[in-house]
Amino acid sequence: MYKKTRYLTAGDKAIVLEFGNEISKELNLAVRKMHYCISKKNIQGIKEIVPTYRSLIIYYNPQKVKHADLIQKLKELENTVTEIILPLAHVTEIPVLYGGEYGPDLEFVAQHNQLSTEEVVKIHCEKEYFIYMLGFLPGFVYLGGMSEKIITPRLEKPRLKVIGGSVGIAGGQTGIYPINSPGGWQIIGRIPIKLFDQKKESPFLLKSGDYLKFYPINQKEFKEIEKKFEEDNYKCKVGPYGRI
Amino acid sequence: MEGFKVTKSGIFDIIQDLGRYGYQQFGMPVSGAMDSYALRIGNRILGNKENEAGIEISSPGLILEVLCRTVIAIAGADFDPAINNLPAPIWEALEVKRGDSISFNQIKNGSRSYLLVMGGINVPCLLGSKSTYVRAKIGGLKGRPLKRSDIIHIGNPEKKLQDVIGRKVASIDIPDYHKDNEIRVILGPQDDYFSENGLSAFLNSFYEITANSDRMGYRLKGPKIKSKSGSDIITDGIPLGSIQVPRNGMPIVMLADRQTTGGYAKIATVISVDIDKFAQMKPGNRVKFKKVNLEEAHQLLHEREKKINNLQFEKRTIEIKPANIRIFKVRIKEKNYRIEVEEIQ
Repeated sequence: MYKKTRYLTAGDKAIVLEFGNEISKELNLAVRKMHYCISKKNIQGIKEIVPTYRSLIIYYNPQKVKHADLIQKLKELENTVTEIILPLAHVTEIPVLYGGEYGPDLEFVAQHNQLSTEEVVKIHCEKEYFIYMLGFLPGFVYLGGMSEKIITPRLEKPRLKVIGGSVGIAGGQTGIYPINSPGGWQIIGRIPIKLFDQKKESPFLLKSGDYLKFYPINQKEFKEIEKKFEEDNYKCKVGPYGRI
Repeated sequence: MEGFKVTKSGIFDIIQDLGRYGYQQFGMPVSGAMDSYALRIGNRILGNKENEAGIEISSPGLILEVLCRTVIAIAGADFDPAINNLPAPIWEALEVKRGDSISFNQIKNGSRSYLLVMGGINVPCLLGSKSTYVRAKIGGLKGRPLKRSDIIHIGNPEKKLQDVIGRKVASIDIPDYHKDNEIRVILGPQDDYFSENGLSAFLNSFYEITANSDRMGYRLKGPKIKSKSGSDIITDGIPLGSIQVPRNGMPIVMLADRQTTGGYAKIATVISVDIDKFAQMKPGNRVKFKKVNLEEAHQLLHEREKKINNLQFEKRTIEIKPANIRIFKVRIKEKNYRIEVEEIQ
């Protein structure tokens, strides 16, 4: 983490606040605190803020706020940021049908790490994964905290189509494809719900700063949950972080 | 109200407005018209709100049947449009009637043409925008490009049809689209990742737009832009017009459908007033980047916005030709002739 936040110019409508150059929860906490702080302030001319692992990109309208004034306001805010207490994080429980046709690479992940498939599932479901950020595709979460015991390299030849909802491992990362996409992750299972559903009133299931935890389900449960979700009749279990 | 029926679709005709803002933190790209200037001006000609949705046409081919009397404007690239096979002017409000046929025939200049209509294209708004984002199959008409037999609905006009018919943009306000362009950039946010040599190549060479270019980004080729020690960064935000340079040293200019975040160093960002000009370029065209500073970019932006807000339209007294006139182009002894044939009732 930098001693002093870097203010970078990203064209004539965006400023990047870079807090450091690593992936760590401590650094990400600084990002989230500042994000929270700016969102609360409602600063004239700010159009949109996008948090990442280690930075905030702030999109502004130069017709409404002068660049120099905006920088000054942000720096003033930064001085107050240490006093901020973030709202409590939540953990969303996500059901996964592991293996079989929905998780064609589960066997490979097990073999690669000299584990049984049951052990891989158990290890994958143990952790509460921290959602550092969303990006890449609508609803795609960048998760931190996967166990080193199930690290597996990407496929040598990426698949042309990975079905939306597929749960995968790429190196030391785990994640979920929100929509159909080409991809090279080792696919170990699939979720019966959608991370991004345009038909829903709040179309995104997850947000940065929260956690998620996987739990295994069987084929029958998968079908049931899938149907309920389609009918807008299914809610994931959500609890405060550290209490479930 | 049913406005048009697609008689024949082009390769990639999609509904766009000025984009979907506020959801990039959930990974949702902004999308929107590649040439926002053309979309805005086209809407202004018709007395629409600037942000009304229109059809972005990225190659000739589209033919629409008009289903109700309305007023349209075509802006941006000149794809040799015609109404009932009669050449139709662009940057002008044109009356069309039920049964008319609007076609886009061949590229004269530019690479994206916009069809705007009084009242705008009426499709459901998703997350505050009507823009199509094909990759996630959302927005526009069922989240996909137009296809044959699609019915396109239009909204209610803000003004009387008669008040806008014949309004046209003065020639001074119509952009020229060239094959080779100087495009101005502001260095950063990661220009410090590149060597002296790499920065010099970037600012002093021509880069050609390759065929591997689309609404997400234009991939360029030219002299290699060398980094100091690799160009992978920890993923951060990608603004419109930012220029990523991956390991191979070939720049990619990120455009309307860009992903919200990415892991390549960005050497520079195209300034807002030059995005539209750049988006009208096509594979094979060449670009030379020129460095400007932030103050200049803001000054240019303020001037342009002022110009757009004060835009005065000219008015043409329209000579409406009946639809039963046919026009032939004839070439006799090296000379071209235009022959109009009118059926006598």
